[in-house]
Amino acid sequence: MDALLVPFQYAFMQRAFVAALAVGLLCSIMGTYVVLRKLSFIGDGIAHASFAGIVIAYIRGFDYYVGAAIIAVLTALGIGFVHRRGNISLDTTIGVLFTAAFALGVFLMSRLKNYAVDLQSFLFGDILGVSPKDLLFIGILSLLIAATVVVLFRGLLYTSFDPVVAKASGLHVGTIEYVLLVMLALTIIVALQSVGIILVAALLVTPAAAAYQLTKRFTPMMVLAALLGITSTVGGLYLSYFLRSSSGATIVLLATVLFFLAIGVKYLGFGRSA
Amino acid sequence: MNAPGGAVAVRIEHLIVRYGRALALDGVTFDLHFGEALGIVGPNGSGKSTLLKSIAGLLTPASGEISVLGAQPRDVPPGALAYVPQIEAADWSFPATVWDVVAMGRFPRLHFWQHFGISDRDAVKEALQAVKMYELRDRHISELSGGQQQRVFVARAIAQRPRLLLLDEPTTGVDAETEEALRRVVRSLVDDGLPVLMTTHDLDRVGEWFDRLLVLDRKVLALGRPEEVVESGAYTSIREHAHTHGHVRMT
Repeated sequence: MDALLVPFQYAFMQRAFVAALAVGLLCSIMGTYVVLRKLSFIGDGIAHASFAGIVIAYIRGFDYYVGAAIIAVLTALGIGFVHRRGNISLDTTIGVLFTAAFALGVFLMSRLKNYAVDLQSFLFGDILGVSPKDLLFIGILSLLIAATVVVLFRGLLYTSFDPVVAKASGLHVGTIEYVLLVMLALTIIVALQSVGIILVAALLVTPAAAAYQLTKRFTPMMVLAALLGITSTVGGLYLSYFLRSSSGATIVLLATVLFFLAIGVKYLGFGRSA
Repeated sequence: MNAPGGAVAVRIEHLIVRYGRALALDGVTFDLHFGEALGIVGPNGSGKSTLLKSIAGLLTPASGEISVLGAQPRDVPPGALAYVPQIEAADWSFPATVWDVVAMGRFPRLHFWQHFGISDRDAVKEALQAVKMYELRDRHISELSGGQQQRVFVARAIAQRPRLLLLDEPTTGVDAETEEALRRVVRSLVDDGLPVLMTTHDLDRVGEWFDRLLVLDRKVLALGRPEEVVESGAYTSIREHAHTHGHVRMT
């Protein structure tokens, strides 16, 4: 029995579990909006674009969270602008600009003489390296995002279902969309540390998509997504200790297993009852 | 401000709306009064939906004046205007029950710290009963027929308790029972003083639905009592014209 508690003995593991809990919760709550508004490609784009911010922050010598957050928020606002103007296809914009931002990051990094930054840890995350300062940052952003979801809950719900009628009846649909994109950008920054750029989109989509299979109302979907998200991040981290595997990859694979279980449960006839 | 019956609720003057270079509305002028149901008929592409969207503040006109409840369309207070779009516009796979969608009608007036209270629930219940959907309140919206979806959208607008109601072809593709339920609801709201603007491409029963009828084909071709407008033949002539020439315009 003690062997099962081994992971919790170390301070760095304790910090990792707290981070996993916060990331699982945030990603799946935001993921509910991502899935229903079909924004998954945007999440992927923001994650990749923020890589350039991380590298620039490293070169300039300021906190890489700040660099990543600035780039991610600017990117999100840019997407919102293009999306609302509607002149250029959103897919095309993301496909061109964000791969370019990512390439810029790799380019700048490759020109560094002796870079101490581990590319692998940005791509796949390094949740075991979460410092007390990281944890503070994660905590502040989590509270900010949670508070925003509470304040804008009805507006986000209405505009997710029917933005046109919501606007006609007097809701500030444009503002709500921009706020949502900024929250999405900040969530991605929080999640980068634990699952990395490649896998963050999965954590935004998979738990919410699994919950969508099993529920027929919005709030139950969000609650179930949060439970599945936390199970994936905390459970995946725990498993990765024993499997000696990449924590980010293990988290995403566990989320994927839960997703297919949800589909299985749905087709066995238990779904859409909540 | 409670405007007296018969006062002007919507005033439109010389309204011109363009989509790129295409002219969707070309100098439209008319008034809608409190306690009046005004029907708008016209062929596909005549600008009916464009007119409603302009009043709802969803489109920016090229020129002209729109006054909605005494304000610019985008300055109308939250909850004052209810707009019912064509049902194809919505995502019916969204995780929501009939009740959930109608409850959204209450959202524009609620601040985030305000509880969804008894008066809100009563408004939702009354709206669902008015369109005969209360028994189906727990059903998922993907499990509804087209007529039922239309009734849910109208119920959401009624639950909002608006001071102006815009309906975009609510009778298209619905069964006779739904049409009659909607007509009764709309007429009772109008009798209580609500101004209603509704598009339709169906000339049957316009006399039972509307107090006045407007024939639109980018311009106002006729406006008056429904029987007079129908007898004038203004609508049938443009319908035949559109038919023989087969021209397609943007809606």
